[in-house]
Amino acid sequence: MNFSEVFKQSNQLCRVSPDGKYLATCVQYRLVVRDVNTLQILHLYTCLDQIVHMEWSSDSLFILCAMYKRGLVQVWSLEQPDWYCKIDEGSIGLVSSRWSPDGRHILNTTEFHLRVTVWSLCTKAVSYIKYPKACQKGIDFSRDGCYMALAERRDCRDYVSVFVCDDWHLLRHFETETQDLAGVEWSPNGCVLAVWDSCLEYKVLLYSLDGRLLSTFSAYEWSLGIKSLAWSPSSQFLAIGSYDGKVRILNHITWKKVTEFDHPATINNTKAVVYKEVERKPVVGSADLSIQHHITMGSTLFNTQSKYEICPLPVQVPVVKPDLDRANPKVGVSSMAFSSDNRYLATKNGGFQVQSVTWHCSGDSLILLGKEQLCLCYMEVGEEEEEEDDDVK
Amino acid sequence: MPESSLEIKDTSCSSSRYRMSSLRQYSQSSVLPLPMTRNPYNMPTISAFCTEDNVSECISYINREVSSLGFPLLCTESNNGPELNLVDVLNNVYNLLQLHRRCLQTVEDIEVEQVKSNSNMDYLQLSNTRLKDQLELSKRENTGLLERERQLQLKVKSLHNCLKNEKEEVQKLQSIIASRATQYNHDMKRKEREFGKLKERLNQLLIDKKDKKQTFEVLNYVGRSDGKRSLWKTGKTEARHEGEMYKTLLNDYDSRHKDLLMENAELKKVLQQMKRDMVTILSPRKHSQSGEKHDDSLEQTSSEEDEVCDSSRESLELSCEHAREQLTNSIRQQWRRLKSHVERLDSQASLVGERANMNAIPKEVHEQEMDRLKLEIQQYKDFIHTQQQLLQQQLNSPCDDETASLLNDCYMQEEKERLKEDWKSFEEKRKNFEAERRNFTEAAIRLSHERKAFEEDRATWLKHQFLNLTPFGDQMKPQMSKSQSALSGWAESKVRPVSTPAKLNKSLSHTAFSTSRASPAKTPSTADLYRTHRLIPEKSPSTIHPKQDSSILRNGDIPAQLRHVNGGANC
Repeated sequence: MNFSEVFKQSNQLCRVSPDGKYLATCVQYRLVVRDVNTLQILHLYTCLDQIVHMEWSSDSLFILCAMYKRGLVQVWSLEQPDWYCKIDEGSIGLVSSRWSPDGRHILNTTEFHLRVTVWSLCTKAVSYIKYPKACQKGIDFSRDGCYMALAERRDCRDYVSVFVCDDWHLLRHFETETQDLAGVEWSPNGCVLAVWDSCLEYKVLLYSLDGRLLSTFSAYEWSLGIKSLAWSPSSQFLAIGSYDGKVRILNHITWKKVTEFDHPATINNTKAVVYKEVERKPVVGSADLSIQHHITMGSTLFNTQSKYEICPLPVQVPVVKPDLDRANPKVGVSSMAFSSDNRYLATKNGGFQVQSVTWHCSGDSLILLGKEQLCLCYMEVGEEEEEEDDDVK
Repeated sequence: MPESSLEIKDTSCSSSRYRMSSLRQYSQSSVLPLPMTRNPYNMPTISAFCTEDNVSECISYINREVSSLGFPLLCTESNNGPELNLVDVLNNVYNLLQLHRRCLQTVEDIEVEQVKSNSNMDYLQLSNTRLKDQLELSKRENTGLLERERQLQLKVKSLHNCLKNEKEEVQKLQSIIASRATQYNHDMKRKEREFGKLKERLNQLLIDKKDKKQTFEVLNYVGRSDGKRSLWKTGKTEARHEGEMYKTLLNDYDSRHKDLLMENAELKKVLQQMKRDMVTILSPRKHSQSGEKHDDSLEQTSSEEDEVCDSSRESLELSCEHAREQLTNSIRQQWRRLKSHVERLDSQASLVGERANMNAIPKEVHEQEMDRLKLEIQQYKDFIHTQQQLLQQQLNSPCDDETASLLNDCYMQEEKERLKEDWKSFEEKRKNFEAERRNFTEAAIRLSHERKAFEEDRATWLKHQFLNLTPFGDQMKPQMSKSQSALSGWAESKVRPVSTPAKLNKSLSHTAFSTSRASPAKTPSTADLYRTHRLIPEKSPSTIHPKQDSSILRNGDIPAQLRHVNGGANC
């Protein structure tokens, strides 16, 4: 494995373009675009303020840079480096900014979530959407990019608006039976919208594309409810992770629970394979080793070598009891990810220091990102559907 | 004086009583029975104790009695004969009356006391039974209370459990409430902060009054990503959007519908396959078991035909509910039949297994037996053949008479020698037995002599005994019987050793005594005989047998010779 030199970045803003050709990084108020293969700087843009959010457009032609303090959004073009676009929200402020799926519209959420402004790069049309809800996931685009679901709250009631992304035409607007809507998510086939309630109530509502309520699901009452939600890529299953540390899977025909996964502290299942990081050799520090030498040495550059060994069952997973007195406690299934071939589901339970869990598109490997570490897990193509517990510290 | 007299009376009471009884006896034995009357005290009194004849005797007797009681004498001896002192007589009468009264008093006292003690005893018995009843009752009460206590303890335990459960639930609910409360508080604080910010912002805006508008600067508008030109928003577009939305939905439903149809068809295929398999499994069995299940098979084959027709119909009407029901029903029916068939087979197998165990073994082993028998037949045939050959040889060699006779003689010689040896041994034994018999006869003669001597001794001894007779005649009798039994035992002991040697003959059977002593070939020495004499009287002396012959007859299998010997010894 070869390693490149280390580049500067700020705010963890480092994105590869959707077509995979370019790498964009932000350094303070500069936007640096490199070629992925050569890592040569292709373009260098300067923004007016420190970039807080950076996003590629879906066709990899434009990059959006948002500066929330100043309420500014600047858009840069790769084809035309001297093309510019600046959106100033003014006194209304800016809280979040994002691309639309077609890559030609920018949705800015104003301060206090007063409204969502849809700026178009093609036309002069501006759309305003009122009463967006400030919640965990208030906006979601369907995978084909045709529709957008937006959570709204008016008069202490929750609504969902479905827009056609073509011309931002309001397709459907309906009230949801939630106490405090926490998020919306489209199924991958774009026909079902999952709406879930805040953690104070365990409730998942499933609406069809045309706004009909298909089903509701509630596992229990009173205790803290849903923490995360994930659709399987084939839209056949909906995985719901809750604060009780369990993942419940619903099927798309009856919307009833198919199975339930637990995250016990002691792993006793004979089908489970537990990998434990065992050794960590310290870094062999030598002051006179130059950078070149490091590169030629290759994998021994980062000398912290860890070994993973298979632990015999039963395995006691070290659990840190979190502080239950605080709001949004670090319990429960916080993130889940289906592999793209529908075979595996990776879940993270409890207070493990894993920021994100991402599958490779082939479904063979998994990337676990921590605050300071990352780990790649390669799966051996097995027959049964397994659930891999996250036990990297 | 009276006390001493009383004491004397007490001590001599028994003796006086005895004397009274002896006197009575004597008087009864020597004098004619006197008329007896009964007085109120139920004491037999002899009314004619004193008559004119026996006055002096009576006086002397009374004197004696009175003096023993301590009273003055009735009369004194004087020159003219015994004279009655009236004063003394009256005194004595008076004393006797006093004595009598005192006795009566004591009797009364004793009777009173007896009554008292009887009543006491009754009372105690009553109280005893009462207390026993009370005890029983209290025991029952105790068990009842224990039982109640146990039940209450069980209840207490269950209540504890309930309480624990409730406490746990309460704790759980409390924790839930606490977490919800923290969440609410957190949300409240967040909203409050937002509200505060809003207020600030509003304030700022009102103060500033400078409304920075939104601006949008762009160098030039770019084209759409799909290259088309954007359209105006009209009703048509709206309709188009709706249409597209419904199209997507319908497409989704269509695809799902197709998937479900495919799944259904596959499952139906599987079920039909299963049904066909079950039918095939069941049908050949039915054909084989023609005898018992003829009727069933008829009925079933007809139903099978129906089912076959059904299957064809089913394939045509795949989605018809009626067909579906029919399919499931037929599958269930077949499954039931298969199950019953399998059960029947199991039971049959167990039965047939038992029967087959009995029949099958000969079938299996039949071959083995046949082989074995054949082999044996072959062997015997060979044997017979050889025998025949030998016989032929024998017959075919008549000229060898001498050798034949020699051979015969040889064979016979062996036998003859064996016989001779046997004879010798028998002769020896016979001689031994003769010697023994002689010894026994001698012993028997000796025994008879000894017996005679013993009898004489006994007679003399008895005479001695009789002459030294003591008033204690009763004690003679057991001694006599003892001596008689000892003699009888001894007599028997003389008989028994005679019989024991007889039992040494192998032809005789044993009786109880002789088993330990009979060692077959040995003859007992005289020492042994004397030992037995001494030994046997210590053991149980049995009853006397008047005649000696009867004792011999007891051992019934003794030969006539011995009986004769004994008889000779006796006479």
